[in-house]
Amino acid sequence: MARMTGKDMVIEALKREGIDLVFGFPGGAIIDVYDALEKDGNVKHVLVRHEQGAAHAADGYARATGKVGVCLVTSGPGATNTVTGIATASMDSVPIVVFTGQVPTSLIGNDAFQEVDIVGITRPCTKHNYLVRDVKDLPRILKEAFYIARSGRPGPVLVDLPKDVQNGKAEFEYPDEIGLRSYNPVTKPNAKQIERAFSLIRQAKRPIIYAGGGIIISGAHKELRAFAEAVNAPVTMTLMGLGGFPGTHRLSLGMLGMHGTYAANMAMANSDLIIAAGARFDDRVTGKIEAFVPKAKIIHLDIDPTSIQKNVRVDIPIVGDCKMALRGLLNIVEDEGRPAEDWIEQHQAWMQQIEAWKARHPLTYKKEPGVIKPQYVIERLYEMTKGRAIITTEVGQNQMWTAQFYKFDEPRTLLTSGGLGTMGYGFPAAIGAQMAFPDKLVIDVAGDGSIQMNIQEMATAMEQHLPVKIVILNNQFLGMVRQWQELFYGRRYAATKFEWNPDFVKLAEAYGAKGFRATIPEEVDDVLSRGLEAEGLVVMEFAIAPEEGVFPMVPAGKATTEMLLV
Amino acid sequence: MKHTLSVLVENTPGALSRITGLFSGRGFNIESLSVAATLDPTLSHLTLVTKGDDPIIEQIIKQLRRLVDVYKVVDVSEGEFVEREMALIKVRAEDETRAEVLRTCDIFRCKVVDVSPRTYTVEVTGPESKLKAVIELLSPIGIKEISRTGTIAMAREKKTA
Repeated sequence: MARMTGKDMVIEALKREGIDLVFGFPGGAIIDVYDALEKDGNVKHVLVRHEQGAAHAADGYARATGKVGVCLVTSGPGATNTVTGIATASMDSVPIVVFTGQVPTSLIGNDAFQEVDIVGITRPCTKHNYLVRDVKDLPRILKEAFYIARSGRPGPVLVDLPKDVQNGKAEFEYPDEIGLRSYNPVTKPNAKQIERAFSLIRQAKRPIIYAGGGIIISGAHKELRAFAEAVNAPVTMTLMGLGGFPGTHRLSLGMLGMHGTYAANMAMANSDLIIAAGARFDDRVTGKIEAFVPKAKIIHLDIDPTSIQKNVRVDIPIVGDCKMALRGLLNIVEDEGRPAEDWIEQHQAWMQQIEAWKARHPLTYKKEPGVIKPQYVIERLYEMTKGRAIITTEVGQNQMWTAQFYKFDEPRTLLTSGGLGTMGYGFPAAIGAQMAFPDKLVIDVAGDGSIQMNIQEMATAMEQHLPVKIVILNNQFLGMVRQWQELFYGRRYAATKFEWNPDFVKLAEAYGAKGFRATIPEEVDDVLSRGLEAEGLVVMEFAIAPEEGVFPMVPAGKATTEMLLV
Repeated sequence: MKHTLSVLVENTPGALSRITGLFSGRGFNIESLSVAATLDPTLSHLTLVTKGDDPIIEQIIKQLRRLVDVYKVVDVSEGEFVEREMALIKVRAEDETRAEVLRTCDIFRCKVVDVSPRTYTVEVTGPESKLKAVIELLSPIGIKEISRTGTIAMAREKKTA
């Protein structure tokens, strides 16, 4: 065993965990780890322009790859600036490890310069966190941090590193295996429960699969598709589940919930069996909880027992990995060897009803001459990229139009802040995804409001030569809040109108990027094709109809069948 | 409905704060809380009394189990269990009430642990209902100060072999 300094242990642990990339911003309390990083030279560092950007970039990297994203920042304000990013990752179960510098242990609690109790601050929004008090504990803590972040229901882990721990020396023995008596997430689902679930599926006349982000996290998209096809059941997805089942598949009903499709919400409400897989019955999905799926029995597959029975009563809970649970269901279906035609016949009336709902109110919007409709921009973006891009979004109308009008066929191609709803997420997340996949097309769909929340990262993208494409749907409004004000607050647009915006094309050029602008529908194709083909960082700005809304919409607190339609 | 949870948790800095933070952050209610190390010094035993309907208690138990530092959670109030709490009560004991205080103590088998010309400090141990009764009887005489440990609890063993 070799004696090693704490800062070297951090770098060594990164390498052993297969981490070759970190996002960060240095400062006095983390300068020693930065020095070790520089001396070692094997781990690439991306210097962001604000620590929030580092946390979101690590998150985007993690969501795009399924690997752990790492973020390195200093104490005090460096640490607090990551909090929004940590909470974002926590709500969407994204594995990231955040290293924060800390003042020396002797000064902790003394209100030292750039001291903050970041472990205390992030306790409710991390999966777990550590203040390392003794360098001897560091190898174990590093191993645990990565293990906890990626196992079970993944999530962010923060490791706070006092300066004397970074420079102290101890034996470095990195454990290969890890055994934590207090942390043993259940991954293998109970076989009896799967059998019970199947017996409900076998009888259901109007089943629907409600798929969430757990499908993507557990890599269960193949099993989901095979299962849905085998039993001929329709599939609706949460925002986090988009891409977990092909959006262009005949059994796909698209997204459900507040801005879900008419067919998806009607099918949920009229179903006799909900098969929830890796979803958590969030209020944006259920609407008024008392009126949610009144006629249905519920099977709930989730790795996190707290998600089960939290918001709705469940008939058959199955705790475990979604992929294993779906595989288990599929095995029973295959063993039974029931002819496909029988399943089709069993659900024939149901599928006809669903087709009728689809036909009655498909996703649509009204075209107006001379005015760019945002939905049209997304439709054209989808067609021109053939659905092959990694799309990140900001939060609000831009996010919902993307979820509705871009069809995601593959997992990990939509990166969006679902649970926390963080404006300013999309662009740094795109940087993280583009770092992971230099040759893929990575596009951030933004609004003029949210892009300005982390626009400073354009310098980061330029510095790293990243060809991220930014689509700004510019309505000069904080559009989603404006839509609520229009519908529910007597059109009083309190603080949602932007009287001033920068010239986004010139701003792009000021950063050294390329900028294009479309102000009429006829220019949309030209801007998209020039923008997508141009090398390097590109901003494409679309002056869209200022008061366009996102529809369907279930007003907050209403039943999901009470949709406002186009 | 009142529930008494017995929780084994890693004896690490911050573990208790994770538990109390969970309760405040999710709007759960703590009636009482008592913690100390077990025979194994790396584990602490925590007795937590909380109130809520069944779905809330189910969430509380699941949320506690989800914490990385929590080793074991048992709702001891689901079966037979022993519960005890201790209180130290400083009660006004002037000439005319000194005897009355001692009589009450005697009935409830309390111990007088400190005496001054104008007060008795009384130690009382028992289930919460007993403490409640003692406090109610001593209150009219004049309680100057009170300090309670919170409930500790343990499941009863089976009475048959």
